[in-house]
Amino acid sequence: MQFDPFIIPFNIGLYFIVIYAVVRSVSWFGDLSRPDKLRLQRGFFGKAFGQSIKEIFLESLIHRKILKSNPRLGYMHMSLAFGWFLLILFGTIEADVFGAHHLNAPYKAIFFKFFNPEHGRMGFEAAFSFLMDLILAFILSGLVLAIIKRFSSRVVGIKKTTKLRVLDKIALTSLWLIFPSRLLAESFTSGAYGTGSFLTGSLGSILASFLPAQEMAYPFWWLYSLSLGTFFILLPLTRYMHIPTELFLIFARNSGIKTGDQPGAFREIQIYSCSSCGICIDACQLNFSAGITNIQSAYLMKGIRNNENVSDIAFNCLMCGRCDQKCPVGIELTPLRMLSRRAGETVENEQSIWQKYFPGRQVMLPVKPVSDPSYSWLKQEEPAKTDVIYFAGCMTHLTPAIKNSMITILEASGVRYNFLDEKGGVCCGRPLMLAGQDREARELINHNSQLIWKSGAHTIVTSCPICYKVFKESYYLDVEVLHHSQFIKNLIEEGSLKLNFLHRKVTYHTPCDLGRGSGVYNEPKDVLRHVARLLKSDFEDENSLCCGGSLGNMKISSRQKSMIAHDVATELTKGNPDILATSCPLCKKTLSAATTTRVADISEIVADAIVRTAIKKKLNEPVRKVKVAVDFHN
Amino acid sequence: MEKHVVVIGGGVAGMEAAGHLQKSGFRVSLFEKEEKPGGHLNDWYKLFPDRRRSSEVKEYLDKITSEDGIKIITGSIIDKIVSDKNQFRISDKDGKEYSADAVIIATGFDLFKSERKEEYGYGIYDNVITSADLEKMFRSGSIELADGRIPETVGIVHCVGSRDEKVGNLYCSKLCCVTAVKQAIEIREHLPSSKVFCFYMDMRMGGAYYEELYREAQEEWGVNFIRGKVSEVSEAINNKLVIKSEDTLAGKPLKMQVDMLVLMAGMEMSEGGLKLSESSGLNKGNNRFFSPADHHFGSNKSNIKGIFYAGTCTMPMNITETISHARAAVSDVIDYLKDSKA
Repeated sequence: MQFDPFIIPFNIGLYFIVIYAVVRSVSWFGDLSRPDKLRLQRGFFGKAFGQSIKEIFLESLIHRKILKSNPRLGYMHMSLAFGWFLLILFGTIEADVFGAHHLNAPYKAIFFKFFNPEHGRMGFEAAFSFLMDLILAFILSGLVLAIIKRFSSRVVGIKKTTKLRVLDKIALTSLWLIFPSRLLAESFTSGAYGTGSFLTGSLGSILASFLPAQEMAYPFWWLYSLSLGTFFILLPLTRYMHIPTELFLIFARNSGIKTGDQPGAFREIQIYSCSSCGICIDACQLNFSAGITNIQSAYLMKGIRNNENVSDIAFNCLMCGRCDQKCPVGIELTPLRMLSRRAGETVENEQSIWQKYFPGRQVMLPVKPVSDPSYSWLKQEEPAKTDVIYFAGCMTHLTPAIKNSMITILEASGVRYNFLDEKGGVCCGRPLMLAGQDREARELINHNSQLIWKSGAHTIVTSCPICYKVFKESYYLDVEVLHHSQFIKNLIEEGSLKLNFLHRKVTYHTPCDLGRGSGVYNEPKDVLRHVARLLKSDFEDENSLCCGGSLGNMKISSRQKSMIAHDVATELTKGNPDILATSCPLCKKTLSAATTTRVADISEIVADAIVRTAIKKKLNEPVRKVKVAVDFHN
Repeated sequence: MEKHVVVIGGGVAGMEAAGHLQKSGFRVSLFEKEEKPGGHLNDWYKLFPDRRRSSEVKEYLDKITSEDGIKIITGSIIDKIVSDKNQFRISDKDGKEYSADAVIIATGFDLFKSERKEEYGYGIYDNVITSADLEKMFRSGSIELADGRIPETVGIVHCVGSRDEKVGNLYCSKLCCVTAVKQAIEIREHLPSSKVFCFYMDMRMGGAYYEELYREAQEEWGVNFIRGKVSEVSEAINNKLVIKSEDTLAGKPLKMQVDMLVLMAGMEMSEGGLKLSESSGLNKGNNRFFSPADHHFGSNKSNIKGIFYAGTCTMPMNITETISHARAAVSDVIDYLKDSKA
C-alpha cells in the first residue's frame, strides 16, 4: 500500500471539512421553515437541481458575472476556482488510469507525483502530464494576480478590498502556499527522476542541476500537505467558508427560497456565502461620492459572521439596492440589511473557538410588542366611493407642482377618482419600516388599508415610489397598485390623454424604489418618449444611481447627501438636457438642489403636454387653479 | 495725479463708499448692473426699526454720489478683476476694460430664491409671495390677493432659505425676523381687520429697537407669533392656503388656513459676486459670501492687496451696518493708496 506520513495533515483536513460541511448543511436544513424545507425537497427532484448544477458551474467555477463586469478580477477568481476544480478532476482521473489501483483515496490523486515519480515519461502519460502542468500554470497565474491585488488592488480594477482578520490572514497564507508548494514539490520530484512536463519538468531539471532534488522534494510535499490541511481546518472560521456555503445557497435560491422578513437559516447561508470580493464596495455611492468606506454589504456580512454589533453599519445605507444588482453571488443584500435594522442594537460578545465553528443559530429576537398601540389616536374616516384612488404621499405634498400636475392629468383624462390624502393623509409606512419599526408601520398600513377597502376603488395610483413599493409589497389589498408613470402610460395607450410633443431634450433618472426596488423601468421612459426626446445616460435601469436623498439612511449628514446628489446631477446632465426628469418627489427635491438644470417629475412634463382644449371642466365645481411652475410652450 | 478707485455694485454700500471716496479726493467710477443705482433699496417700502421711508435713505445716497468726480456707469456687469503691478484691470461682460488704483467690491446679496423650497409653493400657488413682493404691494398701496380680493388672514414664514441645512444655508440672515415684524405691523396698518400669524424658529431681535418693535407688534397690533416651522403648504378648494405646522410651545401639530402667505426669503451671496470670486481668485467662505482677510480687524480686506469689500457681499447686514462697513472700506483704501504712493 502506498503511504507516507506527510499525507496525514491533508487527510485530517479533508475528512474534517467534508464532515463539517455535511453537519452544517444538515443543521441549516433543519433550521429552515417548513415551507422552505418543502421547497428544497421539491427542488431536489425538480428543475432546480439541474439549474443549480449549471449555475454552480457558471458562477462558482467560471465566475461568469465577475468576468463580464471586470474581466481581470473574473480571471483571477476563475483561475483559482475552476483551475483547482480541473486539477482535482484530472488528478483523480490520472490516479485512476495510471495508478496502481482504481478508485483511490483522495490523497493518491493529490500527491500522485510523489507516489508515481516515474510517471509521465512518454506517450499518453506525457500528454497527461502536460495537461496537469497547464492547469497548474493556469492556477498560478491567477495566484500571482491575487497576490498583486492584496498589495495593489488597482491591478485587477477594483478600488478597495475588504480588510482581513488574523485568521483570514493565516488561511489566506495557507491558500497561497498550496500551489507554489505543489509546484516545487512536483518539480523537485520530477527533477530527481527526469520526468514532468513543460512546467514541473523544466523547473525540476533546473533545480536538480544545482540542488539535491531527491532530498529537497520531501519537505515540499510536507509543506503542500500541511498548507492544504491548515486551509481546510481554518476554512469554517474564515471568509473561505463561502466556497461550500455557496453551493447550498445556489440550490436553495433555485428552489425558490427568499430572505423574507424573518431571520433564519437562509439568512445565515447567505451571510456565509459572501466571499468579501468587494464588488459591492465599488458599486456603492457612499463610497465613491461621499468617501464612506466601512459600511458596505461585505462589511455587514463580515460583522454579522463575527458576531459584532452591526447596527451602525446597518443603518448607514441608502438602501438603493445597487449592490444587490452587482453581487456576483446574488446575495439579497438589502433584505438582509433590513433584517439587521429590525434587530436594532445587538450585544457584541467574544466567542470561543468552539462557538466559532458551530455558531448557535444567530437568532434575532422579534420586536417586543407594546401593549398600547402608538397610533391609536388616528381617526378612521369614511372615504367617498370611487373607481380610482389617487394617493399623493407625504413627499408629493412637499412638491406641490407634482400634485397639481397629477390633478390636471386626472381631470383631463375624465377618470372618476378620489384624492385620498388631499387634506393630508397617513404615512404609507415605509419610512418606519426602513427604520426597522415594523410594528408601528403595520399600524399605519392597517389604517390606510381600511380606507382603501371602504372606498371600493379597483385601482390606487400613487406619485411616490416609496409608497408604491410598500403598497405593492406590504399591503394585502385586492386592488391594482400603479405608480403614476404606469397610470399615465395606460391613459395614453387607451387614448384618454391627448398630448402634444414638446420639443425638449430629457434625461431620465430612475428612482431606486421604483426601479431596482419594484422593477418599474420602462413605463416612465415610454411616457417620456411620447412627449419629449429622451436622451440615454450612462446610468440606466439596474445601473441607475441613487439621488442621495434616500429616507433609508439615518446616519449621514446633509452635506454627504448633497455630495452624492451633486455627483448624480453632474452625471445625468452631461448631455445638456433641457429637463432632468424623474418619477419620484424625493428625487426631484434632492436633485433640484444640486443642479441648475430644470428637474421635473414626468407628471409635470405630461401635464404641460396636455392638449389644452381637451381639459374637461366640471361646471358645478369651482375652478381649481392649477399652475405648473414653468410653462414649456414658448 | 488723482488716484482712481473703482466701486463694483451701486447699492447702499457702493454708493456710500463712492461718496466718501470722492470726499477723500479720489476719482471714482461706480459700476451698477441695473439701469439705476440703489440696489435693493429701490424695492423696499419702509425700513425697520423706525419705519422711515426707504426713499429718504435713497435720496441721501443719490445726493452724495451726484458730486463731480463720481462717474456712475449703469447697466454694466463687471466680469473680472486682474491685478497688475499696483494697477487693476477691470473688464465688463461686453469686454470693455477699465483701470484703477484700488477696487471696492460691493456686490451685495441676492434674495434666496423661494422656489427652491417647493413645499411652500412659491411660483405654484398664486397667493404665496415673498417679503420682497409684499414690499412692492406696500409701495403700490394695495395689498390684495391674485383675484383682487383683500386678504383676511396672512401667514408669515420666517427663515426661508436661512438656517436650513437642506438648502445648504446654515447661517442666519438675521434681518428677516425684524422684517417680518415690520411687515406684520404694516399689514395690520393697511388692513385693520386682518389677522397676521408669524411662524418662527427663534425671534432674533438683536438690533437697536428691534425688541421694542417686536413687543409693539404683539401689544399694539395683535400679531400672533407661533413658534414652529411650516412644513408644507397646499391649496384648499376655496382657494385658501392650508398650512401644516407645529406649535412647538404647545407641543401640538397645527393646521390652519390663510389667504396669503409671505415667505421671509433669506440673504445669499449674489450671483455676480460668486462669478467675480471665481474669475478673480477672491476667497469665499463656507457660506459662499466673500471671506474677508480677517474677521475681526480686516473685515474690509480681501485676499488680494488693493481689493476691498463693502457691505453685504461679506455677510448679511442691515443698512446701518452696511453704511458703516462701506465707510470703513474707504478708510482702508486711503491707507492702501497712501502706502503705495512710494
